[in-house]
Amino acid sequence: MLDYITSYLSSNTTPGQAGNVFWALVYIMIVFGGISVAVMAMNWLERKALAHFQIRLGPMRVGPHGLLQPIADAIKLMTKEDIIPAEADKFVFWIAPLIILCASFAIYIVVPFGPTHAITDLNIGILFMLGVSSLSVLGVVMAGWASNSHYPLIGALRSSAQMVSYEVAMGLAVVSAIVMTSLHGLGPYGVGVGTSGTGTLSMIGIVQAQQEQHVWFLFKFFPLGFIAFGIFAIAMVAETNRAPFDLPEAESELTAGFHTEYSGLRWSLFMLGEYAAMIAVSSIAVTLWLGGWYRPFPNTLTGDTWDLVFSLFPGLTFLALAAIAFVGVRRMPKHPYFRVQTIGLAGFGAVLGLIGLILFVPPVRDRIQDIYWFIAKVAGFMYLYIWYRATFPRYRFDQLMKVGWKVLLPIGIGVLILTAILGVVL
Amino acid sequence: MPQNYVPIFIFVAVVGVLIPITLLAAKLIRPENPNRTKLMPYECGIDPIDSARGRYTVRYYIIAILFVVFDVETIFLFPWAVKFKALGIFGLFEMLIFLGILIVGYIWIWGKGALEWV
Repeated sequence: MLDYITSYLSSNTTPGQAGNVFWALVYIMIVFGGISVAVMAMNWLERKALAHFQIRLGPMRVGPHGLLQPIADAIKLMTKEDIIPAEADKFVFWIAPLIILCASFAIYIVVPFGPTHAITDLNIGILFMLGVSSLSVLGVVMAGWASNSHYPLIGALRSSAQMVSYEVAMGLAVVSAIVMTSLHGLGPYGVGVGTSGTGTLSMIGIVQAQQEQHVWFLFKFFPLGFIAFGIFAIAMVAETNRAPFDLPEAESELTAGFHTEYSGLRWSLFMLGEYAAMIAVSSIAVTLWLGGWYRPFPNTLTGDTWDLVFSLFPGLTFLALAAIAFVGVRRMPKHPYFRVQTIGLAGFGAVLGLIGLILFVPPVRDRIQDIYWFIAKVAGFMYLYIWYRATFPRYRFDQLMKVGWKVLLPIGIGVLILTAILGVVL
Repeated sequence: MPQNYVPIFIFVAVVGVLIPITLLAAKLIRPENPNRTKLMPYECGIDPIDSARGRYTVRYYIIAILFVVFDVETIFLFPWAVKFKALGIFGLFEMLIFLGILIVGYIWIWGKGALEWV
């Protein structure tokens, strides 16, 4: 038994490839826990960042700088009464949030956090991701229909129309990234020297293809890769129903869109699903265009010195966060009323600093690197989501459909054809 | 490799255990005292006058149909995208013909006004 568990550690593959059930279970639990924590952190960060965009303070009461606010919210939602409207279709109403939640969490089965840090590496990974993520449309429609109320129904119809429209553009952008994986030359315009001519749909394979070609697909055939990435980046915001495409939840028209009738825990399941989906599609974008887990410049800035410099980043990040926390401690009002909060913030900073120091230890440093760079890139996208929400006004519904069908779709087809022609001809 | 797909089933099993536990835990700690007004559909405090499941604009239906067409097209592109370098010029032209038929259809539906949202 113990041999079975330890044998995986030297196998150098994902648990799925090694066929190791125990480690697959461990990875699944880590992903579940990690995503839940990430969603909570994202919730806090979004409220804080939005508040500062609007020159407010945001949550400040629960814990220092509102750090415990997401936990308080979670407890509040758990203890709230759960209302199912009298004329609702009980079963459909009950299962809709679960479908959304499962659909967005199932994407993580194929997300590669590192060459060995993925739950499994399917040879059809990207197809699996597209298929599973489009299941959440079902949950949205079911939620809206089952509620038997006007707002949810309108919200659900809008949401499903929007999601399916942008999924087409998203799929085309993904195809043009897949086309790039089957080329084998070096650099942005390098094509097919001594090629076997086979691309890959596996998520890990896609990242390795970018490493072999010495270029992020973002810069492949510049500006074609860039445009494809842009289409995906727009479509993924629309897919996850986020501002400026948050028509389904347009508060001023539809109260809360398809989840108007949901309350308490069920509502929080929708939120969890939404944020999990945001993180998931961002990971897909990072995998396809931004070189996944590879550190910046893996091919040009080589050598031991650069390896060392880049391996220090995880620790430095946590030390910087700790420094921010300590600056916050210094700026806390010197009043007995704030003493507990000040101590709490100092403790939080100390924990962050300790994690930072642990990340400097050589074996940890080497193992954590891949995951760190992947998460850093995804975190950039998460900040973009908040930034969009603070900056852009909401689209009108006909404008939204126009962008999806008349702008993104033709550009997507054009980019795909040009990429293919360049790939064959060059 | 079939064993790559095993984690999906483990995932389903984990979900099948975790979600009932969460729902049950929440059911145990939350209050439960419904009344007639509470269970009415929410319409900003006004009593709803009819069932929401009535007729709805056909636009959404057209969008759904178009989605099926273009999504299936994308799915057909995937196998070609993987083998595209090996298939070379021949595969490229095959795909251009396939895409061409779709583009003609696309221009037609655009001209018909199916993409307009009035």
